[in-house]
Amino acid sequence: MSLWEYANPKKFMQTATRVLPVVSVLAAICMVGGLVWGFFFTPDDYKQGATVKIIFIHVPAAMMAINVWGMMLVTSLVWIVRRHHVSALAARAAAPLGMTFTLIALVTGALWGQPMWGTWWEWDPRLTSFLILFLFYLGYVALWQAVENPDTAADLTSVLCIVGSVFAALSRYAVKFWNQGLHQDSTIMKVGEKDPLDPAYYWPLIVCIAGFILTFVALVLLRTVTEIRARRLAVLTARERLA
Amino acid sequence: MMPDLGKYAVPVLGSYAVAIGLIAAIVALSIWRSRRMKRALDAVEARAGRK
Repeated sequence: MSLWEYANPKKFMQTATRVLPVVSVLAAICMVGGLVWGFFFTPDDYKQGATVKIIFIHVPAAMMAINVWGMMLVTSLVWIVRRHHVSALAARAAAPLGMTFTLIALVTGALWGQPMWGTWWEWDPRLTSFLILFLFYLGYVALWQAVENPDTAADLTSVLCIVGSVFAALSRYAVKFWNQGLHQDSTIMKVGEKDPLDPAYYWPLIVCIAGFILTFVALVLLRTVTEIRARRLAVLTARERLA
Repeated sequence: MMPDLGKYAVPVLGSYAVAIGLIAAIVALSIWRSRRMKRALDAVEARAGRK
């Protein structure tokens, strides 16, 4: 079985419809379980007090903000190289989700920053690159809406996605590149390094990250199926008008 | 049951409220659009099948 089979809209819809209930249930379990565990059953940090509980939202949302753009980059490249409509529609379906995760990361970051840094916002490399990433998401969604021809829209948004990938990468590595500003480098999941986070925070955080990933997978499947239906509806409606 | 958040109640509860609100909104919007599109497509396909 080849991955390219899923470029066939019918095959994609059949598989998505089959796996969607399972992924949705797992997403709900991990998301609710992780957030309840993190909020109710973790101790206050000796330095940050109760604000440490924001980690269970802020970190998964920020990770998803960058990784969703990465997924959009891959599907956009597939569209440019192989012209598979499903991949272009998957990128379109993912963009509002990535935008939501970026907004959550920005807002929770500001709410966390105020009591810890004494400021809601700072023109720090990571914060600034995240804000630019959010603006790229907005532009991407707007461009899909603005261009009437779906193939032209897919071409233009794919190019925008490739350009925006620079900022997605900067959002991830800005702290390393410039080594300045208020925002710290990643605490967990660093290649070749042991996670320093106490297990009391580490495990609920892992469950929350799984919850965010699964929620994204469930929603992107649902939304891609919706986009495929919308495309077919547009074709049939146009055919009806001509008949 | 409710943890004592002390002076950080506003940022912590605010963060959870914003995140849960936004995620609930995007889930609801996705489901609503999916159902609307399926209904519309079913209707057009039914019409096309009758012709």
